[in-house]
Amino acid sequence: MESIVLVVMLFWPLLAALVVLLFGGSDRAVKTSSILMSLVPLALSVYLLWGYDFEAGGIQFQVRAEWIPQINASFRLGVDGLSIPLVFLTALLSTLSLYYSAGVIRHRVKEYFFLFHLLEMSMLGVFVALDYVLFYIFWEISLVPMYFLIGIWGSDNRDYAAVKFFIYTLVGSVAMLLAILAIFFATGTFDILDAAAAQPFSQQLTIASLVFWGLFLGFAFKVPSFPFHTWLPDAHTEAPTAGSVILAGVLLKLGAYGLLRIMLPTLPHAAVFWAPWLVALGAIAIVYGAFVCVAQSDLKRLIAYSSVSHMGYVVLGIGAAAAVMTPEALADLANVFSLSPEALQDSAAMAINGATLQMFNHGIITGALFFLVGILYERAHTRDLFRFGGLSARTPYYYGLMMVAAFASLGLPGLAGFWAEFFTFRGAFAIVPAWAAFGTLGIIITAVYFLYRIIQNVFLGEYDPAKIEHWTTVDGQPAEGPTDVVGFEKLTLWPLVAAMLLIGIYPTPLVEYFNQSALELLNFVSTLS
Amino acid sequence: MEGIFNLAWVVPIPPFLAFVAIVLFLHPNKRGSALTAIVAVAVSFLLGWGIAFGAFLAKELGLHPVDGELYAIPTGIQELAIGFTVDPANALMLFMVPFLLLMIFIYSSGYMTYPGHLPPSYDPVAYRQGKDPRYSRFFAYISLFATGMLGLVIANNLLMFFVFWEIMGLCSYLLIGFWFEKESAKRAAVKAFITTRIGDALMLIGLILLYIRSEPSTLRFSELFTQANLEQLANTTANLPILGPVPWIALIAVLLFFGTVGKSSQFPLHVWLPDAMEGPTPVSALIHAATMVSAGVFLLIRMFPIYAYAGEVSASSLQFVAFIGAFTALFAATIAVAQWDIKRVLAYSTISQLGYMVAAVGIGAYVAALFHLLTHAFFKALLFLGSGSVIHGVEHGFHHAHGHGNDPEHPEPGSAARVEREDGVLDPEDPQDMRNMGGLLQRMPRTAWTFIIGGLALSGFPIVTSGFWSKDEILASAWDLGRTGVFWTLALAAFLTAFYTMRQIGLTFLGQPRSEGARHAPESVPSMTVPLLLISVFAVGAGWAGIPEKFPVLGGIVPNFIEHFLEPFLEYMNVHPYAPQFHWTPLLVSFGVALGGLAVGYAVYGRGLAPGQIDPLARLLGPLWQLWHRKYFIDELYRDTVVTFTLFLAWLTAKFDRDWVIDWIVNWIGRLAIYLGQGVHTFDAYVVDGLVNAVGWLSDQMGRVVRLLQNGRAQAYLLFGLLVVAIWILLAIMPIVMTLV
Repeated sequence: MESIVLVVMLFWPLLAALVVLLFGGSDRAVKTSSILMSLVPLALSVYLLWGYDFEAGGIQFQVRAEWIPQINASFRLGVDGLSIPLVFLTALLSTLSLYYSAGVIRHRVKEYFFLFHLLEMSMLGVFVALDYVLFYIFWEISLVPMYFLIGIWGSDNRDYAAVKFFIYTLVGSVAMLLAILAIFFATGTFDILDAAAAQPFSQQLTIASLVFWGLFLGFAFKVPSFPFHTWLPDAHTEAPTAGSVILAGVLLKLGAYGLLRIMLPTLPHAAVFWAPWLVALGAIAIVYGAFVCVAQSDLKRLIAYSSVSHMGYVVLGIGAAAAVMTPEALADLANVFSLSPEALQDSAAMAINGATLQMFNHGIITGALFFLVGILYERAHTRDLFRFGGLSARTPYYYGLMMVAAFASLGLPGLAGFWAEFFTFRGAFAIVPAWAAFGTLGIIITAVYFLYRIIQNVFLGEYDPAKIEHWTTVDGQPAEGPTDVVGFEKLTLWPLVAAMLLIGIYPTPLVEYFNQSALELLNFVSTLS
Repeated sequence: MEGIFNLAWVVPIPPFLAFVAIVLFLHPNKRGSALTAIVAVAVSFLLGWGIAFGAFLAKELGLHPVDGELYAIPTGIQELAIGFTVDPANALMLFMVPFLLLMIFIYSSGYMTYPGHLPPSYDPVAYRQGKDPRYSRFFAYISLFATGMLGLVIANNLLMFFVFWEIMGLCSYLLIGFWFEKESAKRAAVKAFITTRIGDALMLIGLILLYIRSEPSTLRFSELFTQANLEQLANTTANLPILGPVPWIALIAVLLFFGTVGKSSQFPLHVWLPDAMEGPTPVSALIHAATMVSAGVFLLIRMFPIYAYAGEVSASSLQFVAFIGAFTALFAATIAVAQWDIKRVLAYSTISQLGYMVAAVGIGAYVAALFHLLTHAFFKALLFLGSGSVIHGVEHGFHHAHGHGNDPEHPEPGSAARVEREDGVLDPEDPQDMRNMGGLLQRMPRTAWTFIIGGLALSGFPIVTSGFWSKDEILASAWDLGRTGVFWTLALAAFLTAFYTMRQIGLTFLGQPRSEGARHAPESVPSMTVPLLLISVFAVGAGWAGIPEKFPVLGGIVPNFIEHFLEPFLEYMNVHPYAPQFHWTPLLVSFGVALGGLAVGYAVYGRGLAPGQIDPLARLLGPLWQLWHRKYFIDELYRDTVVTFTLFLAWLTAKFDRDWVIDWIVNWIGRLAIYLGQGVHTFDAYVVDGLVNAVGWLSDQMGRVVRLLQNGRAQAYLLFGLLVVAIWILLAIMPIVMTLV
């Protein structure tokens, strides 16, 4: 069981995709079988959460087989405290997306579900692959289904958005591929962990920097880090609801995952050297993204830009940790700030914990927000903020769900988002206080765009029936006015809302996974000379 | 007995369960929701008082506060512990908070009736029940609020304190915007949240710096306030940009203080609290007077050792706190003098009184600050609930005067023509405008007398009321510590307080009714007046727990309980306990300003106003009165600077992102790629393909020539063969011929 659980989990969605393609009968059968089959990876990811042995730590559930011996590429899978929660997030959001899509997708159903399973496989693949070739293949595969999801089921400007998304991230992938090849030629292996252990280019800062930026561009386009983010608002806005959920919920995390899994451990010296840039990009993204949000009038585009801001916390946290990736840098900074190296190392752990928590929390929170936007759009057929108003009284259930998600997103303590922001800032203030202080401006502006733009315009005030003439129900039947969420929408959102509350009140179980991997990363680099 | 302390963490939970139950299941049943909320908070009340009295009786709790851990969050190698504490400071809060919560919950069940401005058709079911259409939602929100406030009180570390602090902020937002159809309510809610969030962001920075710089790295109160840690924080410095080296403790103290400035509505972040009066009146009493806003001061109390040590190494940091407090106390009192809305007077009064407490912490008078926090909570809650009762009565009065309300023949309140007056615009049917009141002492005696008790306590009416003892303690401390600037500022503020309180009492209850509403106002229902009576007991009596021992005649008869209770705790936190020496000057000043302010107020407003009479003070002071009436134009200033600038910046970044720079570059790269592709296409079509075609054309042409030969006639092939052979022979023999030649 230990050895095959990852293989089964990884290729199960591929099997599901083929089943849908080859045997899928009616739309109804396709939908039902898709949802049911997606429960298998979800169950297996829960098994991973449950079965991970904290005492032993490190990579577990490993699979290793010879694959292409000529280039020393092997089929190696494995998960640790960093990837397990992300695998769970992927499986959860995939199942919820499939379930929600079953309710709203009405044309070209078979292809849609086929592509969605393929997408799930590629995302899981990135999180469990421990070989560069494998990693890169899954990384690239993830582009294709998403391209079609946006291009076929997207809204009005979908062609532009789909092409922009594809080409933009492809440019990053090329840079990353070059960096991966450089690492291969320096170390002779495509094994991610072995390559890190070999510490390529540790004496050659110039080449290391080039490789670093190659990797960083690849990951930063995906995160997306300011200023490489403008594919995101278009792709998120034009994608179908479930596509936006997966884009924001999981695909952005692939980039951040790459930073932590590959970049920091493999190139710690370059990471220390370039850490100020990462930190600056992260802090700017937080504030800049938040300001852009304030000026949006399209609800979905606003949420999309909020991802730019929120992923800024991830880059800020990772950048802060990057600054102490070598023992010398750690000792230097400890000296500058007159803190003990142990205290500073714990701060770095908190910065990483903050970043990883933000990855997870942003997945559930922004996933929920995109579902909520989709729910409204299915009824109102517009996303213009100024055409709503007074929905708090008309659709109280919807209002309640939106309030939880919005306040979680703006970092209200007691909900999930707060812990991520708090630990990111806690870590960053110890290491890069000036940029961290700048980033806290984002806390205020985030409240402005959620309350002043969204809640005030959509939910408060008087409901004015003249603003939107053609309300429909979720089934497309004409309706008198806004109708509240129905069963399948509630069922889609409840797991996410429950997670926000649970993590908000009792974050310990989740933080334990991330903290484990953060400590392992810091221990790994502290033993390097 | 002490076992009950380990249950302190349970105190916030019943209201939270009530919140969940109402939101998920009970909300269709209005009575059930209210009952659940009240029962839940009653459980918290019983437990809270159990703990509070246990603490009062416990021996030397101050030296051995209870500190329990619930769970921990891993932070690298260390952990962040989440837990609860019971110590003298929060035991006093556990005495005040749950009691007021329970009283106000009960009061609310009577107060939240069907609003007069809504037609019955809006919600016929609620109309029949005579309850607000969102009655259940109201009880859900205040239950969540109760969780926040009680959680804050029992928190054993600053982070948890901050968590509950923000949850209260959310509830405050939700409740201010409770009647969100009103434009003013919805704006006030957003304003409140965002304004306090500015303070909270700075507080969060202070909290994080405290967490980083403490040794060991912690936020737990019991570990923060060790002598070693406090001294270490005081003796190490931060190098700030411009300011240069500043002791960490002073930087942290000032940053944390901004949390208080936001939450306790101190200048310059005071602008949200008066607007927060858009919320239902029980909310104003509970959140915006008694509990949440005083949580800002409670933060200073909690962090007092930080301030005490900060004052020693950097006097200016503590002076800043004292200055903001004293300035706000006077500043808000002047505005309160020139307001007409019965709730806004109280709102500015709250800001002013919170300034008192902040100033007390700023001069180092811990006991006085906490004492005034407690007494103020009682009498200000009483005043707000009284004003709610008045508003309710006057509103009913207007409806009664119009026959039965909601009659289309008669205008609804608020729709009547506004009157421009020398002393501000008047809506003649506004049930909150004191110009529409007068003479309510006869109509609503229970409300009136309890309000007058609260008002006298607020004014610091000597000896009897609680407000006198706590305010006197602050004034005495300021004098004793030689802080004459603070002393005289606060004394002047106290004079104005007594004056505007008498003005309010005069305008509301004395003289003759000035509107139909006041003429027909009925007394409120018992569920509202009984809590008023119960709270008024404490508004008077709470002060007797802190009579200074050296006080002439009375001193020593009643032991100074508060001081004895808190002193060991201060020692435990490594702070020298301070109690002011007795001086005659502050006592006489204290008597003088309270009685003087009341007397002047009575002289001007004691007989109320005649109908249509302009405020005599507005006549007398002219532009100064207008400046106060318009709140020093600070709202307008912020609107034209901060708000406009933020929106401009947002517009600018959005343009930068999408149109001017970033996406412009991206699209141009895309376009260039297309142009390049077209260029390559042209090159390909004309040059590369041209060459290929040229080759093709050439071979084609050659083919044409060659084809001439391939005509399929045998004799031609034969001829061609002959020709080839002939040439071959010719070439073969040519060299031979050449040699011959």
